[in-house]
Amino acid sequence: MLEARSVSKCYHLGEVDVHALREVDLSICEGQMLSIMGPSGSGKSTLMHLIGLLDRPTSGSVVVEGEEVSRMTPNELAAVRNRRIGFVFQSFNLLSRTTALANVELPLVYAGVSGSERTRRARAALERVGLADRLGHLPNQLSGGQQQRVAIARALVTDPSIVLADEPTGNLDSSSGVEVMNILQELNEHGITVVIVTHDDDVARHSERIVHIRDGRIVRDEAVTARILAAEVERPATTGSDEPGGVGL
Amino acid sequence: MNVVESFRIALRALGANKVRSALTMLGVIIGVAAVILLVAIGSGVQDEITGSIEGLGSNLVFVFAGNFEDGGGPGGGITIRRQFTLEDADLVQRRLDDRHAVVPIVQGPATLRVGNRTMRTTIAAGNEFSDTVFTSEYESGRGYRRSEVVAASRVVVIGSSVRDRLFPNQDPLGRTLNVSGQRFTVIGHVVAQGGSLTGDQDNQIYMPVTTAQRLLGSTDISSIVVKADTADEVDAVKHQVESILRPGFGDEFTVLTQDQTLGLFQAILGTLTFMLAGIAGISLLVGGIGIMNIMLVSVSERTREIGIRKAVGARTHDIMSQFVIEAVSLSVVGGVVGIALGAAGAAVLQQWVPTEVTVWAVGLAFTFSAAVGIFFGVYPAYKASRLDPIEALRYE
Ligand SMILES: Nc1ncnc2c1ncn2[C@@H]1O[C@H](COP(=O)(O)OP(=O)(O)OP(=O)(O)O)[C@@H](O)[C@H]1O
Ligand SMILES: [Mg+2]
Repeated sequence: MLEARSVSKCYHLGEVDVHALREVDLSICEGQMLSIMGPSGSGKSTLMHLIGLLDRPTSGSVVVEGEEVSRMTPNELAAVRNRRIGFVFQSFNLLSRTTALANVELPLVYAGVSGSERTRRARAALERVGLADRLGHLPNQLSGGQQQRVAIARALVTDPSIVLADEPTGNLDSSSGVEVMNILQELNEHGITVVIVTHDDDVARHSERIVHIRDGRIVRDEAVTARILAAEVERPATTGSDEPGGVGL
Repeated sequence: MNVVESFRIALRALGANKVRSALTMLGVIIGVAAVILLVAIGSGVQDEITGSIEGLGSNLVFVFAGNFEDGGGPGGGITIRRQFTLEDADLVQRRLDDRHAVVPIVQGPATLRVGNRTMRTTIAAGNEFSDTVFTSEYESGRGYRRSEVVAASRVVVIGSSVRDRLFPNQDPLGRTLNVSGQRFTVIGHVVAQGGSLTGDQDNQIYMPVTTAQRLLGSTDISSIVVKADTADEVDAVKHQVESILRPGFGDEFTVLTQDQTLGLFQAILGTLTFMLAGIAGISLLVGGIGIMNIMLVSVSERTREIGIRKAVGARTHDIMSQFVIEAVSLSVVGGVVGIALGAAGAAVLQQWVPTEVTVWAVGLAFTFSAAVGIFFGVYPAYKASRLDPIEALRYE
């Protein structure tokens, strides 16, 4: 359903050319939960932006459901992002001075959903990530984990078919990280394709497939044998144990 | 996304930076207030002059020495080769039908003195028809008679300001008034005309034309005024006067009907009003540049916000309309406040200068300020809408 065909991304910095991605081929099936792993600067975020239609490759093509992305206009790309793709950014990227509820409503504003319907759906999405009691809070009145969950609520409020999460647990402590992974796994169980960018092996093992990337190239593509289920990790933590265990975030 | 939504976003953004929004608006407020105020003064003056020309009486034809078409207008730098004299006025009177009244006019400066009070004023002199032609109304006393015109008697009628200055709380009738060193008897006192610009009429004294000529030491007269018997005859009288004076003066005289005089003044004042509006418009333009400046700052400050909006699906025109509406809100709110302020200022100034806040000035100022918002808001908004989502998200 989502394919990168020989994509390269090259930045020109004065005299130097930075090759963030070199002829990457990747296809992601519908309903898959996939992690992209690699060291810092290996091109993970760049790849996520390309398959999330936020950016265009220097060469090669990104194909979404048979349609070539490079032929689409910026407005068409925006419409596809709005309807089909949910982003969870590493740095949250919430609108400051805007309540959690309004932040989650934002994609619906651009989808043309009317006011009351919008509030209803945004409220439901926040409930789903366990923030029903924080609707009116501003981002700076929320903890990092709560902000990340607002960002997830915003990503899923439009019922996208794919959720892309860049280092979703990067800024979080271990228990918040487990909560976030649990939400992502739940989404995946409901049939949503989930792509996680991480440099952490434990986070990656929550998914069913790991793509290793180094210096802009895919070096390994493996199926996860011992998959971690966040729901099981979380349970002992909520029943009293101090050590969540399993996920060393 | 609909317009209401864009408005909500724009207003929230403006509310988040209240002081900055207010200062930006101030530029537009001052510009619009200046337009309203200056145009109000222009229109007010125009109205008052129109009123006072009409107030002179009706069906009047004015005859001046000199050819205005060479020069531009009354007092517009024309050379007058030969002034009219009383003989010319008599000639017009004799040749015209008796139903039309002819008044030779003499104007000149004078110094008035009563006891130790003195003041400078203007003499307006005419003949026994002056009262009917100019529809004078007397507070007390009477106008000068034919016999007094023939005899060049030293009788004088005073305006209300002159009375207030020289005979405060006294009956001026029968009193002696020293006019430029000669003793005159006050025989009448005209009703106050009011009006701050043409208050001159209240500040004048009136006397027989012959007396004035002696006092000023001249046999010239300033102009001739003819009152046509009916409105229909005004043009005919104008043409008759022209043919009466042509043999003696050639082209060196000008006959204007009251309507023409009015038109002349209105043209001059209309131009003046537009010039004032133009000058004020420049300050409105400066206000617009202020809006553009602040919108550019706002766009670069909110680059990340724009990136976020684009990432979740905002299209080019969504971002564009958000910022244009923000700029237009600034300019329109500024415009409305400016109109209110300008109108209030005009009301206060009314004490000294005639002002009139016209619908067209308000409409023009409002339209212009909205246009300024659109014009100066479009470029920053365009810049914002073209931002690349990834670059915008990366922006620190
Ligand atoms: N706008 C840009 N201009 C120039 N070079 C860039 C730009 N964006 C990314 N790069 C380069 O592309 C390479 C890949 O960057 P990318 O952000 O994809 O790394 P990453 O794998 O996400 O790293 P991290 O784990 O630290 O987030 C890096 O070497 C980076 O310097
Ligand atoms: Mg990254």
